[in-house]
Amino acid sequence: MTMAEGELAISELHFVRDQHLPPLAPPARMTGAVGWIRENLLSTPVNIAMTVVVLLLTVWIVWGLLDFLILDAVWTGADREACLMSTQHREIGACWPFVWERLPYFTYGSYPIPERWRVDVFFALLAIGVGWMLWLQAPRRDLGALYFFVVLPILSYILLHGFAAIGLPVVDTVLWGGVLVTIVVATVGIVVSLPIGILLALGRRSRMPTVRFFATLFIEFVRGVPLITVLFMASVMLPLFVPQQFEPDKLLRALVGIAMFASAYMAEVVRAGLQAIPKGQYEGAMAVGLSYSPMMRLIVLPQALRITIPNIVNTYIGLFKDTTLVTIIGIFDLLHTIEVARIDPKWATPVTSATGYTVAAIFYLIFCYGMSRYARATEARLQKGAKR
Amino acid sequence: MSTEQVTGTQPPRVPLYNDPKVRSVVYQLGLAAIIAFLVWGAISNAVDHLQKAHIASGFGFWNQTAGFDISQSLIPYSSTLSTYGTAFWVGLLNTLLVAGLGIVLATILGFIVGISRLSKNWLLSRVAGGYVETIRNIPLLLQLLFWYNGVLKALPELRDSYSFAGGFFINNRGFYIPNPVARPGFGWVELVFALGVVASVAFAYWARRRQMQTGQQAPILWVTLGLVIVLPFIVLLLAGVPIHFESPQAGRFNISGGIEIVPEFAALLFGLSIYTAAFIAEVVRAGILSVSQGQAEAAYSLGIKPGPALRLIVVPQAMRVIIPPLSSQYLNLIKNSSLAVAIGYPDLVQVFTGTVLNQTGQAVEVVAITMAVYLTISLVTSGLMNLYNQRMALVER
Repeated sequence: MTMAEGELAISELHFVRDQHLPPLAPPARMTGAVGWIRENLLSTPVNIAMTVVVLLLTVWIVWGLLDFLILDAVWTGADREACLMSTQHREIGACWPFVWERLPYFTYGSYPIPERWRVDVFFALLAIGVGWMLWLQAPRRDLGALYFFVVLPILSYILLHGFAAIGLPVVDTVLWGGVLVTIVVATVGIVVSLPIGILLALGRRSRMPTVRFFATLFIEFVRGVPLITVLFMASVMLPLFVPQQFEPDKLLRALVGIAMFASAYMAEVVRAGLQAIPKGQYEGAMAVGLSYSPMMRLIVLPQALRITIPNIVNTYIGLFKDTTLVTIIGIFDLLHTIEVARIDPKWATPVTSATGYTVAAIFYLIFCYGMSRYARATEARLQKGAKR
Repeated sequence: MSTEQVTGTQPPRVPLYNDPKVRSVVYQLGLAAIIAFLVWGAISNAVDHLQKAHIASGFGFWNQTAGFDISQSLIPYSSTLSTYGTAFWVGLLNTLLVAGLGIVLATILGFIVGISRLSKNWLLSRVAGGYVETIRNIPLLLQLLFWYNGVLKALPELRDSYSFAGGFFINNRGFYIPNPVARPGFGWVELVFALGVVASVAFAYWARRRQMQTGQQAPILWVTLGLVIVLPFIVLLLAGVPIHFESPQAGRFNISGGIEIVPEFAALLFGLSIYTAAFIAEVVRAGILSVSQGQAEAAYSLGIKPGPALRLIVVPQAMRVIIPPLSSQYLNLIKNSSLAVAIGYPDLVQVFTGTVLNQTGQAVEVVAITMAVYLTISLVTSGLMNLYNQRMALVER
C-alpha cells in the first residue's frame, strides 16, 4: 500500500521522460535547394565571385548559341538572299535552308543520284554489324565478328564500288563523298587496324629479334610523325613504289595511310593489354602443352583484349576525328564537302561558313561522345567484376 | 632402376621442322627476306618512275633559289634570293614558334580547367566538364577552320578595322600592335635587367639552402619581382625613358609599321592551345585524383589553407602521375601543328612538304626530310620529359 502511495507520490513529483523527443529539423537554410546552393555555390566570398563570373559566362555562351542556332536563324529560303543581313534587315543566325538543300551532298558527295540507295543499304548493313559488335549480350557474337571483319568489307566493296556482272554499275571513288567517305575511311581504319595492331603488338613482344626489330621500327616510326605526313607519304610516294599498272586510286592511298597510322597506335594499346596479363597465365598455358598460337588465341588475347576495350574505343574516337585530315590530300569527306559548299556563290554569305561548321561539329560530337559514353560504360562493367 | 633408365636414355629426337630454334631462325629469315624483297621492289619501281618522269634525285635542290614568298618569317628571307634550304629553316622555326607558345598556353589553360573540374563549386566544375567533353569530341581540323574562316576571316575589312588606344588594330588581315624601338641609353636598362635575373637566381639558391638548413622561408617571389621588374623600371625612368613605340599607321590599302600577327598564326595558336588544353585538363584531373584524399585532409588539419594545400601538397605529388601523359600531349601538340597546312600558316609541312614538294617534285627526299625532322623533335622532347620525370620521380632506396 505504502509502496503504491510512494510510487504515486514520486510520479507526481518527478517527471522522467521515457521517450525521445523527435529531433528538430535542421535549419531551413542548410537543407533542400537553398542549403545545396549555399554549400555548392556560395560557400566563401571567392566561391561567390567564381559562381557569378561563371554564371555570366555560361549565360553569354548559351544565349549566343541559342540566338545563332534558333532565334536569329533563317528557316526557309531558296538562295543566299534569304540569309543576307542587307536584304533581311535583321541580325542573321544560322542559315538552315543552305544545310537543308546541301544535305544530300553532305551525305553522299557526288555519288550518282539513281545509285544512292546502295549507300543507304551500306549504312544499314554497317549499323547491323556495329550493333552486333557493341551489344555485349547479343546472340552469336562470334558470327558477328565474322560478319563485321570479313563479310561486311567484301559486301560493302561490291555494293559501293559496283560489280557489273550482277548489274551494279561501277561508281568511281572520285564521286564518293560526304558522310559516306568519312564512314568508309573510319570503318576501314577500324576493321584493318585491330588485326594488324594485334600482330604488331605480338611482334613487338616476340622473342625473335628480327621480328621485334621490324615491329618496333614500324610502330615508333609511325607514332613519331604527324598523320598528315603519313598521308602525304601515302599519296605522293605510294604511287612511286608500285608498278605503274597497279597505281592505286586516291581514296585507296588515303586508306593505306590511315590504316598504317591506326595500326601503329592500336599496337601500343594492345601491347599495354598484353603486359597487364599476369605471367602465370602464359606459364599455365605452356604447362598444359599449348604452343604459341593456341596459347595466344585461347588464353592470352581474350583476356588482354577484354581489358583493353575502353582504350580500343578511345583509339577509335581519335581515329574518327583524324579522318578529317584526308581533306588535306583532296579526298571529299564530310569536312571537305562542307568546305566546298560554303564558298558556293549560290549560298555564300557571312554566316554560311559558321552554319556549315556547326553541322559538322554536331555530327562529330554525336559520334565521338556516343563512343566515349560506350567506353566508359564498358569500363564500369569490367570493374564491377574486379571489385566484387 | 627406372630413374637410371630415364637418365641413361637420350632425349627423344625432335624432327627438324619441330625444333623451336630451327623454326625461329627460319621464320626470321623468311620475314627479313620478304621485307628485303618489298623494299627492293619499291626502290626499283621508284627509280623507274622517276627516270620516266625526268625528276632529279638527291639533295641538289637544297641550294637552288626558292622563288616563292612566305608570309611570316623569323629569319631574313626573300623570294628572289633565298634557297629551298632557307625556306626549310623558315618553316621549321615557324613550327617551333607556334608549338612552343602553344605548349605554354595549353599547359596554363589545361591546369586551370583540370583543377576547376574538381572544384567544389558545382557550376564551375560543370562548365569545365562541358568544355572538356565538347572540345575533345570535335576534330582539331574543324576547330582550326572554324577559328580561321569563321572568326578571324569574318572580322571587318581593313577600312573598318577595330582600332584601340595606343595604336592597336584588329581586322581580317591580322592583329597589329606597336613595335618597341630602343633609343640610345636603353642599354643601361638591359644591363640592370640582366643583373637582376642573375641576382634573383642567386638569391633563390641561397634562400633554398637556408630553408633546408634552418627552416626559415624567404620571400623569393617579392625579391625576384623587385630585382627583375621594379629595378629595371626605375632605371628606365631615371634614364629618361629611352624607348618609344612605333605605332602601326593605317593607310588606305595596308597598315605600315608595328608588329603584324597574321591571322593564320593566331588561329593555329588558339586552336592548338584550346584543343590540347582539354586533353591536359583530363590528365591533370586524373593526376590529382590519384593523390589520396588523406594528403589533403592532413594538410587541412595542420591549418594549411586549401590554396596552399593544393599548391604545396597535392600538385607536387600529382606531378609524378601527370608528367608521362603530359609529355605525350606535348608531342601530340607538336605533331598537330602540322595541320597549319589546312589554313595556310607557313609551318614546316606547308612550306616544305607543300610548296617545295610541288615545285621540285622530289617527293621521296622532301617527305623523308620532313619525317626525319618530326622524329627528331619527338625524340628530343620525350628525352627532355624523361629527364624531368627522373628528377620528379619518387626517390626510393
